[in-house]
Amino acid sequence: MMLKAKSKTGLVFFPAFDWAIDPSHPEREERLLYTQDQIFEEGLMDIEGIQEFKPDLVTDQDIQRVHFCVPDEPTVTTSSHYVSAGGAKTMARELMEGRIEKGFALVRPPGHHAMRVVHGGRGFCNINIEAIMVEYLRTHWGVKRIAIVDTDCHHGDGTQDIYWHDPDVLFISLHQDGRTLYPGSGFMEELGGPNAAGYTVNIPLPPHTSEEGYLYTVENAVLPILDDFKPDLIINSAGQDNHYTDPITNMNFTAQGYARLTELLNPHIAVLEGGYSIEAALPYVNAGIILAMAGLDYSHVLEPDYNPAVLKESKDTLQYIHKVCDRVMDQWNRRGPELSQKVFGKKEFHERSRSIMYDTDGIYEGQKEILRSCTDCAGSFRIESKSDRGWRIIGVHIPVNACPACKAQGEDWYEKASGADKAYLQDRSRDLYLKKS
Amino acid sequence: MIIGLDVGGTHTDVVLLGPEGVLARTKEVTDQENLVDTVLRGVDGVLGDIDPGKVSRVVLSTTLTTNSVIRNTLTPVGMVVAAGPGMDPKLHTIGPSFHVVKGALDHRGAEIAALDKEAVKKAFALIREKGIRAVGLVTKFSVRNPSHEEAMEKAARGLFDSVFCGHRLSGVLNFPRRVASCWLNAGVHDAFSSFSQAVKEAFQARGIIAPVHILKADGGTFSLDAALECPGETVLSGPSASVMGAIPHAPSAKDVLVLDIGGTTTDMAVLIDKVPVLEPLGAEVGGVKTLFRALKSVSIGLGGDSVLHVAGKELHIGPDRKGPALCLGGPLPTPTDAMAVLGLFEGGDRAAALKGMEVLGRDLGMEAEAASCFVLKSLCEKIRDAAFAMVAGINGRPVYTLHEMLEGYVVKPEALLVMGGPAAVLAPGLGEVCGLESRAVPDWGVANAIGAALARTTCAVTVLADTQRGFVRAPEEAYSAEAPVAFNMADAIALAEKLVREKALRLGADAKGLEVEVLESQEFSMMRGYRRAGRNIRVRAQVKPGLIRNGGIA
Ligand SMILES: [Zn+2]
Ligand SMILES: [Zn+2]
Ligand SMILES: [Zn+2]
Repeated sequence: MMLKAKSKTGLVFFPAFDWAIDPSHPEREERLLYTQDQIFEEGLMDIEGIQEFKPDLVTDQDIQRVHFCVPDEPTVTTSSHYVSAGGAKTMARELMEGRIEKGFALVRPPGHHAMRVVHGGRGFCNINIEAIMVEYLRTHWGVKRIAIVDTDCHHGDGTQDIYWHDPDVLFISLHQDGRTLYPGSGFMEELGGPNAAGYTVNIPLPPHTSEEGYLYTVENAVLPILDDFKPDLIINSAGQDNHYTDPITNMNFTAQGYARLTELLNPHIAVLEGGYSIEAALPYVNAGIILAMAGLDYSHVLEPDYNPAVLKESKDTLQYIHKVCDRVMDQWNRRGPELSQKVFGKKEFHERSRSIMYDTDGIYEGQKEILRSCTDCAGSFRIESKSDRGWRIIGVHIPVNACPACKAQGEDWYEKASGADKAYLQDRSRDLYLKKS
Repeated sequence: MIIGLDVGGTHTDVVLLGPEGVLARTKEVTDQENLVDTVLRGVDGVLGDIDPGKVSRVVLSTTLTTNSVIRNTLTPVGMVVAAGPGMDPKLHTIGPSFHVVKGALDHRGAEIAALDKEAVKKAFALIREKGIRAVGLVTKFSVRNPSHEEAMEKAARGLFDSVFCGHRLSGVLNFPRRVASCWLNAGVHDAFSSFSQAVKEAFQARGIIAPVHILKADGGTFSLDAALECPGETVLSGPSASVMGAIPHAPSAKDVLVLDIGGTTTDMAVLIDKVPVLEPLGAEVGGVKTLFRALKSVSIGLGGDSVLHVAGKELHIGPDRKGPALCLGGPLPTPTDAMAVLGLFEGGDRAAALKGMEVLGRDLGMEAEAASCFVLKSLCEKIRDAAFAMVAGINGRPVYTLHEMLEGYVVKPEALLVMGGPAAVLAPGLGEVCGLESRAVPDWGVANAIGAALARTTCAVTVLADTQRGFVRAPEEAYSAEAPVAFNMADAIALAEKLVREKALRLGADAKGLEVEVLESQEFSMMRGYRRAGRNIRVRAQVKPGLIRNGGIA
C-alpha cells in the first residue's frame, strides 16, 4: 500500500544527542532519544511527501536581527543554539522555496523564553529560535504578516517581549496560568505595547486543562483571532509540556489533543519548544504532530495508558475556560489605538522599567525602555540594560517598516548613546546591526 | 582459484581468478527461467580442462530475488503483525493474508499489551485455509524485545514450511520496512531454496567442493546456507557486483565516483578510500523499501542507447530507448551514433550515423561533427549533474549530534572511475566536465564478475543495553542476557565485536584478516528525577564491504 502525505511536509530532526545544559537537567542528551525511536520505528520519513532535512547553522547576522546579545552572540550561546535556530530557518527556506507546504523543526534546545536582550539563559532558552526564523522570513522573503501561536505550557515571555511593540507579528500564547507556573507571566492584561495594543494575546488556562478545554480555546479564541488577523504565515511554537505526564507542569493534554490542535491550527511551520515527559509523552505527541501536519490518520497514536475519561476536566474548569475565551475575544475586538490610549495614555514617548530574571544562568537584569509613540510604524525604541554581572548596554531598535521620524529618532539615540560598555543599533529597516564600545 | 559470476538480466559474466589475475573469462546469455543452467554454463566456460578441485571459492550474484519482486512471483506469504501505538498497522498491509493481532511493546522493549495468542492461532488457521505455506511474523519494536515474535514463531512451528521473524533480519528501527523485508524473505525463500539446492547438486556433480557464496546488496557475500536464513539480502546483488569491481582500480584515501554507463541507464556509486557508501536504512526494489543493507546507488535514464531529439533548439537525451543506434540498424539517433560519427565507435554503419546526426545537427544549427561533440558533452554534463546531486544528497543526510554536524565527513569526489560500453570514449570528457581525474576501468566487461569473486563476507550487529531494565540484547543474533548495573560502553562494544565476528564466520567469512569496526556507539544516562536510573547504550558493529584482496587485478 502506498502511503502518501496530503501536504508535503518537511522535517528537521535535531536531537543534539551530545549536548545538555547539565547532565541531570530536563534539557539533556536523552530528551529526544525515545522520540527518535518512535518516529524511526514508525518509518515516518519513508512516507511519500514527508522529507527529512539536515539543519543549517544560523549566522551571527541572523541572531542580530532579533537580539542584543551581551556582549556578543558566541558568548551567550553554544553551537547547539546555532543548529536549533538553524533547523527552524531551514524549514522556513524550504517552505518559501516551495519544496514543502508544512515544516516541523523538531529541534533542541528551545528558545521561547529568550527576550530581545540576552545576558544568558532563561527558562532553558538562550536565543529565540522562532523569532530568528521570523526575522529571516521578513528580511529574505518579504513576508509581511506573521502569527506566532505558542502552545507550550509555559508562557512564551521571550517571544512576547520581542514582538511586544510590533502589530505586524501577532503573538498568541496559550499556557498554564502564570499564578501556578514559571515564568509567572502571561496574564490577559499583557496585551502588547502602546503601538501594538491588543496584538499580544495571552490565554492563561487553568491547571488540569485537557482535550476539551484546550481545543475549545483553539476553536473559540485562537482560530477566530487568526481569521481576523489574516496572517501570511502561521508559526506554532509547539511545546509539548501540556501533556498529562509532564513532570514540571500540571496540565492534562494528550497526544490526540496535540495532533488535533495541529490539524486545527494548520501552521505552516511548527517549532518544538518544551516538553519534558521524554518517554510517556514525546514519542507519541511528536508522531501525532507529524502525521497531523502531513494530513495522515493519527487516530492510533495513543499513549499506552491513555484514558480520556480520567483526564477530562471538571465542569467548573470548563466553565472557567469558556469565560477566559470570552474575555480574550472581547479584548481582541477592542485592539488598536483606542485600547492603547486607555491602557497607556496618549504620550509622545512611553517609558517602562522592569527587572528580568535569568533562572538558568542565575543572572538579574534591570531594563529601562523608551519607545517612540507612532501610528505609522511599530516605533523605534531604546533599551538601557544593566546586569548583575556588571554589563551596562544600550540597544536601539528601528523596526522593519520604520517611518522616517522613527528612523531618525533611532539613529539619534544610537549616536548619542554613551556611558555604557557597549551600544548596539539594530536597524531592521536596513537589515543593519552596528555596535560601539 | 576463485570463480566469480555476475548473473545479469540479459547476460552473465564469469571469470576464473588465480593469484596473478584473470585466468579465464566468458560471457553467457542469461536464461531467467533456468538460472542454474546459466551458472553451470558459465562455470564450465571458464574451467575448461582445469581441475574443479582446485577451485577454492565460488561467488555469484543473482537476479532471482530482484526479479521475483519486480515480476511479483514471490510465493504467497501470510503476515501476522502486532503494533501498538502509532500508525495504523493496516497501512502496511502486504501479501494476500495480512493479520493484525493485539500486543504491543514500547521503545525500550517493555510490554504495553500482552500478545493475543488466541488471535495469533486464528490468524494462522486463516492463512492455512488459503493454502499458504509461508508466514512472516513482525511486531513493532521487536528489535528491542523479540519475545512477541518468538512466541508467534513457537506457535507457528509445524504449521508452515517457512517461518520468518522480523527481529532476525536487521537491528535497525523501522517497522514498515521490517514488515516488507520479512515478507520478502518468506516469499523468496522457496525459489531461493530450490536454486541453492540445484546449484549445490550441480557443483557437486562437477567436483567443485569449494564453498559457494552469494553476493548481497551491500557488496558483501554470504554462504548459500546462510542465504537461506535471509534470502532477501541477495536483492540488487547485480548492481553491487559492478561497484565492487571498480574497487581494485580506485585510488586509496580518495573519494571516488563510480559511473557505470549502460545502454539505457547510468548507475552511480561512491567509494571512500575503496569502501562503498551504503544506504542509511536499506535496499529499495520495485517500490518495496527494505532493511537489507545496500550500497548507495543511483540510477539515471542516460546511456549509450538513449534516444536523442531536439525540441525548441534544445537537445534532449533519453530517458527512453527506442532500439539500438542508427549505426546498428536502429530507428533513431543515439549517443552511440555521435561516437560513430567522430570515429570513436567502430563496427557500425558510420554513414547511417552521419545521416542521423546531420538531421539532428540541422535542428541545433550545427554540422554533424559539431553536433556529435555537443551530444557527447551534453551527455557528460547531465551525468555530472546527477552524480553531484547524489553526492549532495549523501552530504545532506541528517545527523543527530553536534559532533557530526560540525565535524562530520563531507564527501568531495576527487576521481572518476567509468565502467560500461562507452567508458573509454566518455571517461576523458566526463573528467573534463567534472574537473576531476578520470579513467575507464580496464577490462570493465569482467570487472563486475571480478568484483563478485573478490567480495568479502559482510554483516552488521546491533547491541542494545538498558541497565535500568537490566538487559543487553542483540535480537538479530538471538542474543539476550542480563546487564549488571555496571555494564558500560566498553562492555557493549566488546560484545558487539564478538557477535559480529561470530556472525561473519557463520556466514562464511575467512577468520584470517577478519576486520570488525564499530559503526555507531551512543550512551545515554537515563535520568529519572535527579537520579541516574541507568544507562541506555546502543552499539552497531560491522564487517564493512571490501575485497579479500586486490589479487593482481590492478
Ligand atoms: Zn515549556
Ligand atoms: Zn514610526
Ligand atoms: Zn555484463
